[in-house]
Amino acid sequence: MGYNCVVLIKQVPDTKRITGDVMNDDGTVKRSALPAIFNPEDLNALELALEIKDRFGGHITVIAMGLPAASAILRDSLFRGADEAILVTDRRCAASDTLATSYILSCAVKKLDYDIVLCGRQAIDGDTAQVGPQLAEKLGVTQITYVEELIKLDGRTITAQRNIGNGWQQVKAELPVLVTIMGDANSPRVAAAKKMMKYKKALTPIEVEQKIKAENPEAGEADIKELAEHKCDKLVEQGLLIKQWDLDVLEADLNWCGQSGSPTKVHRIQSVVLAAKESKEVEPNDKGISDMIHELIEEKTIA
Amino acid sequence: MIEVNRKGEVWVFAEQHNGQLEDTPIELMSKARHLADILGVQLAAAVLGDNVKELAGKMIHYGADKVYLVEDPLLGEYQTNSYAKVMYDLIHKYEPQIVLYGATTAGRDLAPRIASATKAGLTADCTDLQIGDHETVKDKRVHKNLLFQIRPAFGGNIVATIINLDRWPQMATVREGVMPMPEADTKRSGKIIEEKVELSRQDLPLEILGEHKRPKKVDLKASRIIVAGGAGVGSKDNFKLIWDLANCLGAAPAATRAAVDLGFIDHDHQVGQTGTTVRPSLYIAVGISGAIQHQAGMSQSQKIVAINNDPDAPILNIAHYKIVGDLNEVVPIMIKSIKEKGIKD
Repeated sequence: MGYNCVVLIKQVPDTKRITGDVMNDDGTVKRSALPAIFNPEDLNALELALEIKDRFGGHITVIAMGLPAASAILRDSLFRGADEAILVTDRRCAASDTLATSYILSCAVKKLDYDIVLCGRQAIDGDTAQVGPQLAEKLGVTQITYVEELIKLDGRTITAQRNIGNGWQQVKAELPVLVTIMGDANSPRVAAAKKMMKYKKALTPIEVEQKIKAENPEAGEADIKELAEHKCDKLVEQGLLIKQWDLDVLEADLNWCGQSGSPTKVHRIQSVVLAAKESKEVEPNDKGISDMIHELIEEKTIA
Repeated sequence: MIEVNRKGEVWVFAEQHNGQLEDTPIELMSKARHLADILGVQLAAAVLGDNVKELAGKMIHYGADKVYLVEDPLLGEYQTNSYAKVMYDLIHKYEPQIVLYGATTAGRDLAPRIASATKAGLTADCTDLQIGDHETVKDKRVHKNLLFQIRPAFGGNIVATIINLDRWPQMATVREGVMPMPEADTKRSGKIIEEKVELSRQDLPLEILGEHKRPKKVDLKASRIIVAGGAGVGSKDNFKLIWDLANCLGAAPAATRAAVDLGFIDHDHQVGQTGTTVRPSLYIAVGISGAIQHQAGMSQSQKIVAINNDPDAPILNIAHYKIVGDLNEVVPIMIKSIKEKGIKD
């Protein structure tokens, strides 16, 4: 039978390592200045797609919208078993909020045949969990959010178990659907050695051009272009070219992209200093702690 | 989207399940009332469901001037498409300037779908909402009385104020416990506007096969004392220290998101921006560094005791009692001291 799965992935700043130096004045983040990782719940989404392909056959396309450096997570997806990787990159995507992002992604997904669209529940930078549902709305497909388990896939019918807070819910729907996957849904498989050997040579056109330039420092622009095109053709033959789509290829309406396509804007960024009015240092020993407990009892905080 | 509508109302989506209102929309009412008063407009609730007229009355008691009530057997169970369709129609008919949702499972499933359909802005997990002005840098134009949607961001080092200039309504989701629960005033009266929206089976693409909700393991919002552990506790086994200290104080055990993600304790116990917000009389933070998202969930505690062996841990800045030391030594001393003074469980 086989199912066409499209997985949306995002390269995100490792939010445990952010400092003030990487913020722009307008409140947006200098993403290129940060150590970047594969958004964790997107790995779970990819893993579910791989499990579907293992059981039923089919094809997995992975799409990442981001800076050229996002090619790293696209390659990583190929290492883990995806069939095709597409980078959506364009300067005019910058400063897109979730609405603009979901619009741009919908333009990309619409160019593909799909049965199931998979997303991580949320990204660790924005933490909004909004892009999945907004993308579903733009594609006009049913959304199943907070998926913890795929129960059944039978012809055009999908049955999934959702996490609904303190409990679960099982739902059934007809394909096509968009699912958002929870971090505890599965354990993402590691890259397969054979696939790594093959796909470590996979490149985007931008990377090809950078490579040619580096190898031919003396060459003129026209020559670089020709060499790059030639190399890209070779990569296509080998199944090693990571497609690169910009907003023109997507035929996207620029009014709905980037900053102009983003209803939400940053008014202000503040670093927060919350200080207690009166505070005491307590020695970490019997006496210090005993005195503190005594005070808390006296003022009836501990009864 | 709707045009900027200065006379637009402030709305709260009054989420209900099985005829019971969720806590979060009720909690939102006091802040929503405040926002509506500043803007000089009415506060309304949107109640959708089957046989839920009684809930409309309750929302008026909690401060709504009006309730838009949409009853239909097809709205008996929450589903994205049907609820989004109703809200979309209501929003386009009545043009509210602000719509607030609880950031519950359903809220986070529904609000973005509505935002996408209406092409309006939405900010998730706000920890505060205010009214203010914004001047655009390019043309120096001043946009007055916007909804300031305030939330921690990017690893918690900053607090961002998000605004939506003109892709209205301005929408936001807010987590449980962030706003305090208002008192119900049963003498309050208001208007119930019954609306009908065309719905069919097409609007219910999901078949709900089964559902099981278990009662929450712990009621953090009702706890007077909370003992919370962070990643610094080190392991699920070592989290026993937290349980022991909580038990001897008659307190609720809690945890940071990091500790929950590491599997030390269940998500029901999570305090913070994406867990529950609490305001106990006493909050004991054990091995917690104090990321902003966690502070957002407990900074309003009356007294805070923080134990951390890192003297630079941010949590120490907001603690009334700072203990710089090894929690594995300090907590047992605390337990011993409390037992010696004869505190009952």
